[in-house]
Amino acid sequence: MKIRANLAIGGGLTVLALAVGIFGPWLAHTDPIMDANLMNAELPPSREFWFGTDQQGRDIWSRVMYGAQISLTVGVVSQLINTAIGTALGVTAGYWGGWWDDFVNGLTNLMLAIPSLIFALAIMAILGPGLTSLLIALGLTNWSYTCRISRAQALAVKSQGYVQAARVLGYGDFRIMFTQILPNTLGPIIVIATLGMGGTILAEAALSFLGLGVRPPSPSWGSMLSDARETITTAPWLSLFPGMAIFLTVLGLNLLGDGLRDILDPQSRSRR
Amino acid sequence: MDKHARADQALLSVEDLAVYFPIGGGVFSGKPQMLRAVDGVSLSIKPGESLGLVGESGCGKSTLALSILGLVNATKGRVVLDGKTVGEDTDRLDVARTVQMVFQDPYASLNPRQTVRRTLADPLRLHGVSNAGEVADRVAEMLRQVGLRPDQADLYPHEFSGGQRQRIGIARALILKPKLVICDEPVSALDVSIRAQIINLLLELQAEMGLSYLMISHDLGVVEHMSDRVAVMYLGRIVETGGWREIFEQPRHPYTRALIAAIPDPLTRGLAREKARGEIPSPLNPPPGCTFNPRCPHAIDHCRAAAPMLSAVDDGHLVSCWRADEFATPISA
Amino acid sequence: MSGANMPLLSVEDLHISLTTDAGRFPAVEGVSFSIARGETVGLVGESGCGKSITALSIMGLLRDPLGLAGGKIKLSGQEIQNLPASQLRALRGKRIAMIFQEPMTALNPLKAVGTQIAEMFVLHQGASWREAEAKAVDALTQVKVPAPAQRAKDFPHQLSGGMRQRVMIAIALACEPDLLIADEPTTALDVTVQSEIVDLMKELCAARGTAILMISHDLGLVTDTCKRVCVMYAGRIVEQQDSERIFNSPQHPYTQGLVASLPRLGMRARHGRRRLTEIAGVVPGITSYPAGCRFHPRCTRRTEICETVVPELTALAEGSLVRCHHHG
Repeated sequence: MKIRANLAIGGGLTVLALAVGIFGPWLAHTDPIMDANLMNAELPPSREFWFGTDQQGRDIWSRVMYGAQISLTVGVVSQLINTAIGTALGVTAGYWGGWWDDFVNGLTNLMLAIPSLIFALAIMAILGPGLTSLLIALGLTNWSYTCRISRAQALAVKSQGYVQAARVLGYGDFRIMFTQILPNTLGPIIVIATLGMGGTILAEAALSFLGLGVRPPSPSWGSMLSDARETITTAPWLSLFPGMAIFLTVLGLNLLGDGLRDILDPQSRSRR
Repeated sequence: MDKHARADQALLSVEDLAVYFPIGGGVFSGKPQMLRAVDGVSLSIKPGESLGLVGESGCGKSTLALSILGLVNATKGRVVLDGKTVGEDTDRLDVARTVQMVFQDPYASLNPRQTVRRTLADPLRLHGVSNAGEVADRVAEMLRQVGLRPDQADLYPHEFSGGQRQRIGIARALILKPKLVICDEPVSALDVSIRAQIINLLLELQAEMGLSYLMISHDLGVVEHMSDRVAVMYLGRIVETGGWREIFEQPRHPYTRALIAAIPDPLTRGLAREKARGEIPSPLNPPPGCTFNPRCPHAIDHCRAAAPMLSAVDDGHLVSCWRADEFATPISA
Repeated sequence: MSGANMPLLSVEDLHISLTTDAGRFPAVEGVSFSIARGETVGLVGESGCGKSITALSIMGLLRDPLGLAGGKIKLSGQEIQNLPASQLRALRGKRIAMIFQEPMTALNPLKAVGTQIAEMFVLHQGASWREAEAKAVDALTQVKVPAPAQRAKDFPHQLSGGMRQRVMIAIALACEPDLLIADEPTTALDVTVQSEIVDLMKELCAARGTAILMISHDLGLVTDTCKRVCVMYAGRIVEQQDSERIFNSPQHPYTQGLVASLPRLGMRARHGRRRLTEIAGVVPGITSYPAGCRFHPRCTRRTEICETVVPELTALAEGSLVRCHHHG
């Protein structure tokens, strides 16, 4: 029963991450920014500071709890933007075909040819650092797989009898796309979105690591890692805990995505 | 001619309709070839009448159906539905309220993500029935008419058998109270023991609602049972048309005769000499002269040289064959 | 049974089970029939009645979740249901051949059709490739493919459905098998082409003395092709009859219902438009076969006994069999 294990562990980790993201401020012991105390700088994990403290004496537990908000916001919001763009382009391209399909295909190939992180870097360079720019940069650069998949799905679904029937009933193109095609392409799109969310969380970490993410002193898991890079040998807990948070969240999302794929696979769903 | 002429005017009239599709063509492949899917077809259906349309793959019956539904543009000629030219005097919604379709495959033709209620109610709302009570009543009434229970409305398609799904497909086609229903092989995907149920239902509904049918099928038994008149198509053209009795008892076109001879049934055992030879040619590259000549057991040189025109051999019985006069005897003789 | 009147193929009390998460279900139960040398026998029934898996079991091609659960399959008196895979492979193609509904999926899309026919001669007759290719063109000529030498170089996708089925017949008959199993061989084809292919199949088999087991949902097609017909319903043979008699004097209520429910050409001219006789209800699925006679929920003649007791096959005059408590 591998399917259930995927889903249970992945779902559990994802729910945990989301819970931390939502309830982080209540779970934190101290204010993650204001409660700096140089007297407590770089203390190892202890009963008082569960995850230890950083160079400025801030409680890492509290910063990881608060950081979840930013990391997950970036993951969820930018992946929503990606999914919306990818699905809109993919479904219309698959359904209409013709020059629009050629155009979308070209654009998708272009996006796939440029490493998305480099592309995001370029956008960040123009927009400047900050949470909003991060959301935009990551939201505009990771839709190509969603687009590919939803185009292929739309192509397959549009030849089904019920799409033809909808046309005969006088449905317009957009109504057909929303009521007939989209509901029947949603399975794989959800899977891709879940897997992609892990990817954007990692990308956020990478951009923050490069100093292009959320401005300090606001904690995000990526920026915490970035701050910790000089002390990785002397005070490994500074990088270990935000790193673990990223690792577990991304692992959870990937397992969840795999599990959902097993469930939503049309072969296991069809009855005939 | 006045578009709104007489009361007994045809509900559907297809006038010299042609639909060509360009195939291939592009930067490297040069000039596209023209696929003449429908090539000069005229037919009409009166209110309450059934026209059977018989033909094999590539004969253009599906394209003809799509152009009647306004989903494919005519290259030449026109389709007049209830006095209005499709595409000129009508919009998408007008056509949908006049003509509907029942599909062949009851599995692929229902959206697996929609309940029966949504499948039936959405079109009503789209066509301006906004009162929730009225929508619910019409859905329930429609389900009853096709032999399903109103409490089955909240089930999904996979919860029904093939025959029941086809009933849902029929309900969807009739929910807007159309005047003409195109039935595209409505029983050929069903189990043999279920077919009679659906055929009987279609005939009952026709009588109840005064429907006209365009019955597309390759099963001549079904066509004979359900049609008032019959048209036989081959490679984009009608080769013979007439009342069901003339077509099936005294077919004049060798293709019609070959279709009858090809029915695997002990009844047609004596007709081996009427059978067609070889394969159906590609409509991209139809043979010269009469397009049936390479397969025709009765072809003569003239058939290879010139294409015959559809002409009357009897009242309402039209045949396009040079030798039609020689086939005046009933086929079973 | 000895020498002269030993049947070519005899299937005795065949059981095939379907294993799912929910348990084991009888997909085919107690199926027995035999085919003499050169005889043509039809197996007719609706989707899921077990006709195709019966054919697959004869070929030794049953795969999970289907499995043989009992019975014997004898070819010229030799039991073949438990033969090792290597011996079965040698049997297939050489003594028993099969053609399928969709030739496109049964042909290798990457090989010229001539090569695919030639393979049969190389594999089963030890011919050299040069000989085999010449024989392949010969085989294409026999199945009346025009310009056979050119067509031999074509790939399956370049041929029409009818031509592909001709190629399948050429492959199937290449090694002159004793038995040809044809599973819905013409369902995917147009009617006029279907008629030609069936005629071709009959003609070639008759010339070679090859027996045919024809499987179809089309009662007309089967009676037209075969001398004898077995009607299957829900995993059991319910009636076995001479083709000549099945339309005129069907014995089982299911067969009677089928014959009466078909709109046959010429009926309206003779009798006027009558309401077709319906068979009530739906075809049961393998996992929900009813007890007793499996047709009883749809039968107009059922009595109490039908709901609990499985009817035996009863022999009627002239070799016909019927499985019904109230036949006739």
